[in-house]
Amino acid sequence: MTELICIGCPKGCHLKVDEENGYKVTGNSCPVGAEYGANELRNPTRVLTSTVRIVGGLHDCLPVRTNKPIPKPLLLEAMAQLRNIEVKSPVRMGDVIIENLLGTGADVIATRNM
Amino acid sequence: MYDVIIIGGGPAGLASAKACLDKGLEKVLIVERDKELGGILNQCIHNGFGLHMFKEELTGPEFAGRFIDMLRDTKVEVMLDTMVLSIEDDHTVHVINTVNGYQCLKAKSIILAMGCRERTRGAIAIPGTRAAGVFTAGTAQRYMNIDGYMVGKRVVILGSGDIGLIMARRMTLEGAKVLACVEINPYSGGLARNIKQCLEDFNIPLYLSHTITDIRGENRVEGVTVSKVDGHFQPIKGTEMYFDCDTVLLSVGLIPENELSKAANIRIDPRTRGPVVYENMETSAEGIFACGNVVHVHDLADNVALEAKKAGESAAEYVSGLRRADKKVVEIKTLPGVGYTVPQHVRVPLDNKFVEVFFRVNRVFGNSVILVKDEKDNVISQFKREFIVPGSMEKIIIPKVMLEKAEGNLTVSVKED
Amino acid sequence: MYDVVIIGGGIVGSSVAYYLSKYQLKTVLLEADNDISNGTTKANSAIIHAGYDPEEGTLMAFHNVRGARLAKELCAKLDVPYKQCGAMVIGFDEDDEKMVHTLYERGLANGVEGLEILDGKTVQKLEPCVSDKVTCALLAKTSAIVSPWEYALALAETAVRNGVEVKLNNRVTAISRNGEAFTVTTVKGKYECRYIINCAGLYADKVHQMIGEKEFKIIPSRGQYYLLDKAEGRRVSRTVFQCPTKDGKGVLVSPTVHGNLIVGPDAEDNDDFSVATTTEGLNFVRNASKKSIPTVDFRENIRNFAGVRAKSDRPDFILEESRSVKNFYNIAGIKSPGLSSAPSLALEAVQWLRSKGEQLKEKDNFIDERKRIRFKELSGEEKQELIRKEPAYGRVICRCETITEGEILNALRTPIPAVSIDGVKRRCNAGMGRCQGGFCSERVAEILMKELHLDGLEVLQDKEGSNVLVDYSKGGSSNV
Repeated sequence: MTELICIGCPKGCHLKVDEENGYKVTGNSCPVGAEYGANELRNPTRVLTSTVRIVGGLHDCLPVRTNKPIPKPLLLEAMAQLRNIEVKSPVRMGDVIIENLLGTGADVIATRNM
Repeated sequence: MYDVIIIGGGPAGLASAKACLDKGLEKVLIVERDKELGGILNQCIHNGFGLHMFKEELTGPEFAGRFIDMLRDTKVEVMLDTMVLSIEDDHTVHVINTVNGYQCLKAKSIILAMGCRERTRGAIAIPGTRAAGVFTAGTAQRYMNIDGYMVGKRVVILGSGDIGLIMARRMTLEGAKVLACVEINPYSGGLARNIKQCLEDFNIPLYLSHTITDIRGENRVEGVTVSKVDGHFQPIKGTEMYFDCDTVLLSVGLIPENELSKAANIRIDPRTRGPVVYENMETSAEGIFACGNVVHVHDLADNVALEAKKAGESAAEYVSGLRRADKKVVEIKTLPGVGYTVPQHVRVPLDNKFVEVFFRVNRVFGNSVILVKDEKDNVISQFKREFIVPGSMEKIIIPKVMLEKAEGNLTVSVKED
Repeated sequence: MYDVVIIGGGIVGSSVAYYLSKYQLKTVLLEADNDISNGTTKANSAIIHAGYDPEEGTLMAFHNVRGARLAKELCAKLDVPYKQCGAMVIGFDEDDEKMVHTLYERGLANGVEGLEILDGKTVQKLEPCVSDKVTCALLAKTSAIVSPWEYALALAETAVRNGVEVKLNNRVTAISRNGEAFTVTTVKGKYECRYIINCAGLYADKVHQMIGEKEFKIIPSRGQYYLLDKAEGRRVSRTVFQCPTKDGKGVLVSPTVHGNLIVGPDAEDNDDFSVATTTEGLNFVRNASKKSIPTVDFRENIRNFAGVRAKSDRPDFILEESRSVKNFYNIAGIKSPGLSSAPSLALEAVQWLRSKGEQLKEKDNFIDERKRIRFKELSGEEKQELIRKEPAYGRVICRCETITEGEILNALRTPIPAVSIDGVKRRCNAGMGRCQGGFCSERVAEILMKELHLDGLEVLQDKEGSNVLVDYSKGGSSNV
């Protein structure tokens, strides 16, 4: 049995995950917690949020995120990918900046207009 | 003459403008000091926003973007790069900008949505040198996420507020080494999920009941001494640890920014450091409403937006002629353990079927019951909770029927099982 | 060949530069730091003392009283924040009462005007927040508060307008002599001159010994302070001292010209010149202040700082030609009341040159005024007019102090332009308020980059080496 804090929402439910029982989750108050708890011990994933360089915008940085969670061990490698990106203004919120990041199936998308 | 002038274009200002618009107001103006709308959300590029409002997890800029989109091509006017110098209780707003110079604007109603500022090194009197490299977490966040700079490579974070935790993760991902997060209280000031995903994910140690007792370095920070504190927050000799770092980030609390409100003689609650408000978010000045972090520091932008909606709707009611000033006022008092409540005052009889009361506790409670009592010690409402922590805002809903049974003022307390 | 090299750009060096700039002399001021007033001058109680403290007959007594009178005129002429708010030295027992009388007599002997002895009740009436245990006080109506860094900057800027050269980042490393001429070597270059006036503050002994015998020793003495928010600024309307002891004037509580409340200092000899604050020092100051004003709300603190006073091993100011080097003058050991005395000390420098037979012809076109735009203090019409002429005044950068971009640009265009975020602060108050630059330092940094053509990583908080930013973030700037 492993105890976890759910990161699915700000509530922060105290989850219990039973590894010996098919990773059954208790203590969650919604399905997000069940899914998070079951995944966290086997294949933890996170949404990555960061910035990329932008030319011609109001600021020098454009905020971006992955449009779905990516495996946690890939976070730093994903950051290295972002380092080489430079986009040109205008960019719309939701525009894809990197497709299929590191083969994860997740895209990096812009999180604002600039 | 405007119907409403909203001071501040962050989450509170945007959400209140949307509510004014939805209530049919024609002349709504947002005055924003920055060059764009969105306020602090623009630099909060992390996710975790919008779960209440939009039922999906958004980043700060996306959360702001949703509101900005809703206001685009509407009657809501926006003045950017414009500073409010003062407001008067006759609802005059004095502003300046580079285009129109100095102007006195008139409105039927005002919504205060100026947000808050960060507590600084001075506020907690951290001893040590004057070295550069001591930043509030928000300042560092702006340098990093808006301007693209690293404020440091080896970082110690003082305070475990959410911005500090978020910055711990952000700086780590950008290649900095975050050596420790140091919290003077025996509990964290941030959300549990942020402890998990910002500190534990990256093996950053959290030292509870510790504080920074010395900052070294002549021109740039070279290191800090961290000491354990006793029950009275006094450093314990012999517990010193030295961290070799070039940067200290402070996440030691937020203070509502009420210089305009104070100058307009609006009554301020010393506990929240924000205006005392009624159930409709009206301040002590008739027709001047307030919402968001200018009233009390919220844990979530979603809660700011919900409160702002209430303020916007109330301002619209006020503009349409509804007056509540002659109603009876019930005060909501707090007992030890409860830091404050918002609203502090309720006008009865209520126009709505219930009143929402927000508060924060000032210590950690396990299984407990929240009690609302009247002056005769009758329990008006009670609510069970598994945990109540200072980092999260609590909400209780008192039904109108129950409120009508109350005699005199109310108290809110928490009793642990 | 310069006529005079002034070493040190604190209040004393700046005053000397100002007075010498009246005459047809070729003068250069060499400052080790990257700004004027960046040492002892910027970190003290910011009081122009009335002059009742120093014992009769001392240099300190004479120069304090004369310097305080000059300060009032200079601050008016040069647009330096100055307010004659008055001061009280409060007493709690019979010993204190004796001291209050001693100070009163001393003040009269020193020529101080406006002194009065008050009973406890009158003190309470004038200053309701003073402890009710107070039994008596000396009231000194001529005591004043000032912005010490702006005072020094105004003097130095005026000197520059009148032809004095100011060389920053020029730490003196050696001094030699060839016949009548000195060569002053700094980290940046060499300066030949006929006279040297040593105003090097904490380093005056070392500078003197670059060419002279060991005649005195500077003993640095650190004092720590609290600076509180304007919410506490009206806690007292006058500077409130406790009775002096052998260690100095004790902990004071005073309004500042900027509307804040200052509390401090302690006094501690420290050989390492450190301007670090300490838990012990700050606790001492806080506790000691409670004796005078029990109700100061230290939760309103916005900044702590420590300053180092340049005490010497002599009891009085050192104001003389070096005993071992002709035409080398020392203005050294300028502890309190140094800020008050500075212009008077500088007038001595003029006399020294005269005594050596220098003609000192006055300039015809001496500029003896200075004006600074303080947007916040203008009327609505004046604000409108100013913004129409110069739109940058329509953009507030520092929201706590209401400082506009126009004022910040001015700070970068004065005769001695700011080169750092704190340099901007000292010239126009941006970042001085309750958020301590939390919001505006980033915007000031942006203006510095643009106006001084700096890369972001070159932006300084204050001194050389105090870089604010250490690298670009990965997603970072297009400058990478």
